[in-house]
Amino acid sequence: MGLLHTVNKSPFESNTFDACLGYALDGSTVLLIEDGVYAATTGTSAAEKIKNASGVTFAVLGPDLQARGLESKLADGIKVVDYEGFVNLVAEHDSVQSWL
Amino acid sequence: MAVKKFMYVNRKAPYGTVYALESLEVVLIGAAFDQDVSLAFIGDGVYELTKGQDTKAIGQKNFSPVYSALGDYDVNKIYVEKESLEERGLTLDDLQHLVWEDEDEDYAEKDSIRLVSRAELADVMSEQEIILSF
Amino acid sequence: MSSIEVNGKSFEVDEEGYLANLNEWEPAIGAAMAAAEDQPLSDEHWDIINFLREYYEEYQIAPAVRVLTKAVGKRLGKDKGNSKYLYELFPYGPGKQACKYAGLPKPTGCV
Repeated sequence: MGLLHTVNKSPFESNTFDACLGYALDGSTVLLIEDGVYAATTGTSAAEKIKNASGVTFAVLGPDLQARGLESKLADGIKVVDYEGFVNLVAEHDSVQSWL
Repeated sequence: MAVKKFMYVNRKAPYGTVYALESLEVVLIGAAFDQDVSLAFIGDGVYELTKGQDTKAIGQKNFSPVYSALGDYDVNKIYVEKESLEERGLTLDDLQHLVWEDEDEDYAEKDSIRLVSRAELADVMSEQEIILSF
Repeated sequence: MSSIEVNGKSFEVDEEGYLANLNEWEPAIGAAMAAAEDQPLSDEHWDIINFLREYYEEYQIAPAVRVLTKAVGKRLGKDKGNSKYLYELFPYGPGKQACKYAGLPKPTGCV
């Protein structure tokens, strides 16, 4: 099933997140890790884009969200996964595109 | 030694890169020299101050408690840019409450964080003699 | 990495003798480090060592001497919050020496 995209940069710091969205087709998953998790927080324009991107599944790596003190700021519609969940996502998808 | 106005400008989120931690270490080392120090948090730098950081699961040191020691180092002018917070869906309530103790007033606790607009911070920045950017 | 032996157990220390793993610390380690440097430890010494551990626990840093002095003055009384008192207890420097016995890293900015 589609690609797994990972994004590890803050959406405010680089255009990696936007670039990824342009390539995320229906059936693919975007996993936000490291500083990429900031895109998953409420009240940001990135979260708004996630809401409008139908057909794409969004996930965030829990440990990275926790480290940054932002668990309570998670926007709706984004799945939280742990490291095991990360591995499962890799296994479930056809291939992985790690956006840098 | 003449006292100079130092400003450390923090623009990077913690943990993803090493800038935030490096800045903090330089601030602590520099504090030994009794200068007029202020810290500015703008852009992703405001993420350095979020409360409730818990890094156990990512295997990195949680250095956020160090910010609350800054008052002990006489670093008590901490400017947070309002626009940067808003853009990120954050308010001051999402940040640590940083205070310093005024020895001259029987250790009265005073707020260290000053919420300022970009224009106000630009003025403060222009008054500095030495600016270090992270 | 070298190590020190305390009560039949071995603990890693860095090249300057600071404990490698903060969490392994126990009072016996501090006592052994002091004994190796011919530094007797009185209750007054332990007050400072314990204070440093509490400070580290809360702020995740070993305080600079100036900060330690101020904080000790507040916590343990003005008569103890001065560098003369602290240097009498720890002649090699309250930061370096007391932090070592407390199992903490060398204070930031202390070279």
